[in-house]
Amino acid sequence: MNVRTRIVVLLVAVLVLGGVAVGSVLRAADQAHRKDQQQTTGPQVTAGQVALDRAASARQARLVFRSTLWGPHRDELVSVPASDPAGPRTASGLRCLRFYTAAGTGSCLRAVPGAMAGHYEAVVLDSRLRARRHVPLVGSPTRTRVSPSGRMVAWTVFVSGESYTGLNFSTRTSILDTRNGRFHSSLESYRVIKDGRPYRSPDINFWGVTFADDGHFYATLATRGTAYLVRGDIARRTVTILRGNVECPSLSPDGTRLAFKKRVPGLPVDAPWRLYVLDLHSMREHPLAERRSADDQAVWLDDHTVAYALPGDFETDAWSVPSDGTGHPHRLMPAAQAPSAVR
Amino acid sequence: MYVADSRTTPAPADPGTRPGGRGRALPHAKAASALRTVPRTVFVLGTVSLITDVSSEMVTAVLPLYLVATLGLSPLGFGLLDGVYNGVSALVRLVGGHLADRGGRHKAAAAVGYGLSALCKPLLLLAHGVPLISVVLAADRTGKGLRTAPRDAMISLASSPRTQGRSFGVHRAMDTAGALLGPVTAFAILRMAAGGYDAVFTVSFCVAVTGVLVLLLFVPGRTPTAGTAAPAARVSLAAAVGLLRRAELRRLTLCALLLGLATVSDSFLYLLLQRRLDLAQEWFPLLPIVTAGSFLLLAVPLGKAADRWGRWRTFLAGHLGLLAAYGLVLAPFHAPALPLVAAVLVLHGAFYAATDGVLMAAAAGVTPPELRSSGLALVQTGQAGARFACSVLFGAAWTAWGDRTALSAAAVALAASATVCALLQPVRTTTEVAATETAATEEGSAEPSTAPTTDPAPTTEAAG
Repeated sequence: MNVRTRIVVLLVAVLVLGGVAVGSVLRAADQAHRKDQQQTTGPQVTAGQVALDRAASARQARLVFRSTLWGPHRDELVSVPASDPAGPRTASGLRCLRFYTAAGTGSCLRAVPGAMAGHYEAVVLDSRLRARRHVPLVGSPTRTRVSPSGRMVAWTVFVSGESYTGLNFSTRTSILDTRNGRFHSSLESYRVIKDGRPYRSPDINFWGVTFADDGHFYATLATRGTAYLVRGDIARRTVTILRGNVECPSLSPDGTRLAFKKRVPGLPVDAPWRLYVLDLHSMREHPLAERRSADDQAVWLDDHTVAYALPGDFETDAWSVPSDGTGHPHRLMPAAQAPSAVR
Repeated sequence: MYVADSRTTPAPADPGTRPGGRGRALPHAKAASALRTVPRTVFVLGTVSLITDVSSEMVTAVLPLYLVATLGLSPLGFGLLDGVYNGVSALVRLVGGHLADRGGRHKAAAAVGYGLSALCKPLLLLAHGVPLISVVLAADRTGKGLRTAPRDAMISLASSPRTQGRSFGVHRAMDTAGALLGPVTAFAILRMAAGGYDAVFTVSFCVAVTGVLVLLLFVPGRTPTAGTAAPAARVSLAAAVGLLRRAELRRLTLCALLLGLATVSDSFLYLLLQRRLDLAQEWFPLLPIVTAGSFLLLAVPLGKAADRWGRWRTFLAGHLGLLAAYGLVLAPFHAPALPLVAAVLVLHGAFYAATDGVLMAAAAGVTPPELRSSGLALVQTGQAGARFACSVLFGAAWTAWGDRTALSAAAVALAASATVCALLQPVRTTTEVAATETAATEEGSAEPSTAPTTDPAPTTEAAG
């Protein structure tokens, strides 16, 4: 082949490959577009007022969550009556990837509107979903929680590696005091206490904060391949390792038990967890009736019921199960992340 | 010549090379080599690397998002296979280097490597579980391991002994440019098509195939050394192993290894910098980009400098730059954050620019052409292995003593290694090389693509 032939061959190949590439992008764009069209199946979704306190939400207990149902309100925060979770949804117009609320404070982790993909922020919301504060995030959102009083907000993001030589992820967990604005940008700056002694390691990662009160929390600390349950003290900036094999703890409303996901030996590597509840007084644990692997930080709908998300037709469905290990899992609603209860 | 029992004739330079590069060049040829463009082959290989890096960095940039957001996988399960990947990659690199030398099949070996990585892109679409994705990524890494040494050998064989540094500089600059463009492309696609990861992988595949085609169509088929030798000429394994008996190469490898043992991985350095300055979190993803930008801009000037006043010296000076970067991170004074970060990262990029391609240029100078690929693979593997060991050791030191003490220890080790290497002086200066080496000894090199973004991952991170 002379140079000219080679150039022609390359040009033809580039045209063909370019066609395939452009075609795949257009097809993906079309699919993305279709997800925004009104769907005929699933709960009805209409725009309306969503509030995070009971007074404003027509005095009935409601559940607020991210609806993943396709259509014009996809990924928006919606609310449903707690008595009819699978019923019609009221959509707020606010899109969040992760959401939690307590005592009229909301935490919404979202993609920064209009920015390049991969830019995220945390937005602290008041009870009318008005943004009170924006904090940029360094990675993709995964967990968020608000303290029972509504004062403290915590979140965890995945900081993705720059390389796929290492599918090593790290997490960054931050705590914001919404009253005085103090921002603990990374729990990794806290002192770690293990067996009564300081513990140091460069590979420490935190995720899944759940608040006991405005000064104390539980969370997961991972180091050297093990995920530990820790109890944190915000004023003293310490975390104390309590026990191993606890991920994504979630404290019950009465503060006596933690729902968490536990790695159970013998399960597939990509579905390794079971939901458990740990009694903090006796430090005894028991499995819940859900037999599928749930990769979620569970929420407590009340002192006896735990909700969590499992993969479904529209990303995830929300499920619930009794917290005492009895009963059966029950699908709370389709196309939803685990809801927060507005009591 | 050392191993060249079977091939006594020094090869003429590759068609892409100007004749000026051999021996004591004529004055006008010398001037030409200084001013003229680098050999076409180097540009073509640079283009192939640029295109391929766009393709692979597209995937790298979105893979974590894809796994978490689309497949719903938790990242904690990953991490563990890392050591295995690194080991496999090192082994594959040595094998690839050696196979390429047999019969001068550099192009074929590189093409297999690039092709394998290209094929992995569509497979990512089909692999939906951790085990399968791990297999695909391992195959992708294997392709990378296979192609690196043969490609660097081709770069060195296509360049005259006097311009090795510049050729590698040009190649590394192009390579890094691709690495910077990749994520931009990927995020642009995701912007056009929300959740369109399949489109990202498809485009990445098309780009990768284009890279392979450019390689197949425009890189000369036979490496010059092989061109003259009889087709049957084979480089025996014994000959490759015999490379270790070459004092200069041995010393060079030893030095690369020693210095590699004190080279703290990128992720650790960024983490230390972030902690030291309490950098706002949103700056964190920008750190590698600044390093890469500095590497990109300095690769050619420092490559040329290496040609002028000695590759080995430049290589050592690069490590002194890294030492200075450590020093700035450790320095007790309270500097304004931004200038300090900028200084550290520019030094960090300069370190790569002065060492990444330059080491290959230096190694090429002490490796006979018919064993070029094996020799370069040896040096790369030594360096990569040492850096991996450093990650592990540094992680342990951090655990035992805390981050600052660990970095201080690394700085002391780096200073000690640099001193030892300065005394060993494994490679004569460039002018001596150029004056004494025969035409057959054009220099070459192969490198782990040590672009900052592909550094062996440290043990820092694991999460869920």
